[in-house]
Amino acid sequence: MSSTLLEGTGVTLQYKTPRHLVTATYRVDFSVHQGDRYVILGPSGCGKSTLLKAVGGFMSPVEGEITIRGRKVDAPGPDRMMVFQEFEQLMPWKTVFQNVLFPMKVTKKFPREEAISRANSVIEKVGLSKFKDIYPHMLSGGMKMRVAIARAMALEPDILLMDEPFAALDALTRRTMQQELLSLWDQLRFTVMFVTHSIEEAVLVGSRVLVLSPHPGRVRAELDTDRLNYSNMDQVEFGAMSKRIHDLLFGDKRKPAGAKHGAAA
Amino acid sequence: MTVSARPEFEIEPTDSVSIGDVERPLSLFERIWTNETVQRFAILVALIVVWELYARWLNNSLLFPTFTETIRTFWKDIHNGVLVNRTLTSLRTLALGYTFGLALAGLFTTFAVASNIGTRILSTLTAMFNPLPAIALLPLALIWFGLGTPSLVFVIIHSVLWAVALNTLSGFRGVPETLRMGGRNVGLRGARYVGLILIPAAFPSILAGLKIGWAFAWRTLVAAELVFGVSSRSGGIGWYIFEARNELDTATVFAGLLTVILIGLLVESVIFRAIEARTVNLWGMQQ
Repeated sequence: MSSTLLEGTGVTLQYKTPRHLVTATYRVDFSVHQGDRYVILGPSGCGKSTLLKAVGGFMSPVEGEITIRGRKVDAPGPDRMMVFQEFEQLMPWKTVFQNVLFPMKVTKKFPREEAISRANSVIEKVGLSKFKDIYPHMLSGGMKMRVAIARAMALEPDILLMDEPFAALDALTRRTMQQELLSLWDQLRFTVMFVTHSIEEAVLVGSRVLVLSPHPGRVRAELDTDRLNYSNMDQVEFGAMSKRIHDLLFGDKRKPAGAKHGAAA
Repeated sequence: MTVSARPEFEIEPTDSVSIGDVERPLSLFERIWTNETVQRFAILVALIVVWELYARWLNNSLLFPTFTETIRTFWKDIHNGVLVNRTLTSLRTLALGYTFGLALAGLFTTFAVASNIGTRILSTLTAMFNPLPAIALLPLALIWFGLGTPSLVFVIIHSVLWAVALNTLSGFRGVPETLRMGGRNVGLRGARYVGLILIPAAFPSILAGLKIGWAFAWRTLVAAELVFGVSSRSGGIGWYIFEARNELDTATVFAGLLTVILIGLLVESVIFRAIEARTVNLWGMQQ
């Protein structure tokens, strides 16, 4: 029943630093289906954030191409809403409500009345109705992140792009946010592309996991983790999947004691 | 035996009501004394008392008139309209120069953010002209525009333009990448991108530029009027001070200086303070 929404074929990405030309990913293929929670997982420096930026249209591949619903991606657009890792992605000069309303106002995707009611309902869904007239600087990190997610979802994009959205949160808030994202997904069944460097988060949050090898990023595997979630976190299957991903990333010669990267959650 | 050979336990959470007052309002005295307006006012009163005492002890109104004498002259000249007229003349010129300066600064910075070469041009120009005192351009302005308002406006524009442009540009450069990407994500470009994302995001710097520009402009204007203040019989506040000095009327000189200071305080602590309270303070971009 699922159909391909977003497709990347042979995507090679390069960017320039003042001294070097860096190849971030090399001939990466991926296809994201409608309703996927598609996770890009890899160690730092594997070009996963760069890949997400390319999907967002902020940079173009030097080789290969990315298409969404068959159209080539060549510029940023409101059909692919980005949620960033940083807290300061909210506009400090707008209240929570105005922040959520802003993309709908600018893109004129919905009539004014509808935009307002959509903003209200999505703010309620992320549990921030009490804070809707407050400026972002008075919110905690987790609340800011929820507003950012609400803002992106209110616009009903084809796909939600999340660049390590929970990485800057403390571990407990992070766990709550993962659960909230999943319960929101249960309600709304949006498509999300999610970048992380935590194996546990990938297995928990994702329904598909694209494992990238380090520098430059190449596809190592694409795994199905749809049936793994909180309820079976303590079971063998979950552990086996985590171990399998760990071995894909670090090679099975290393001892699990070196699993520090994967354990961060 | 392992190292943690102690029994485990769990406790049910207690009701937080039983803890007592978690937050206590500050006492009236604490609130009044920490109020900024009150503190500023106290400082002003202290300065005035010192002035009055020193002037009375010196007892030479030609050198240093007392506060009461200055205030008397100040009231007299406000009542007979001289000081009001002079001040209004100055403020009109100032408003003209300030507005033109801001418009030009806006034009320059929009051009500068649009392209790399624009940025280079603006930073070179500001590096050249920002350190050049506006008053040093006055002789040149007099040759170009003659004795009168256009010359004054010219030097005011010079004093405003570079300070504001420099601050605005550095503010634009400091806008976080995520905010920029967020703006481009929803398809903002060109003037809408500058107006909806860059200007509000860089507002603390822009406001700082506006304040510096205002202070430069006011200073430059008064100084320029001291050099040549009178044009078609309507001199400004600088000319008022200059005239009084020629007549060795020191109390009037003081009254003129007091006016300059009062207007400076008014703009800074009423107009700019109000803008700050409604913008950068409200948004938490500045404490």
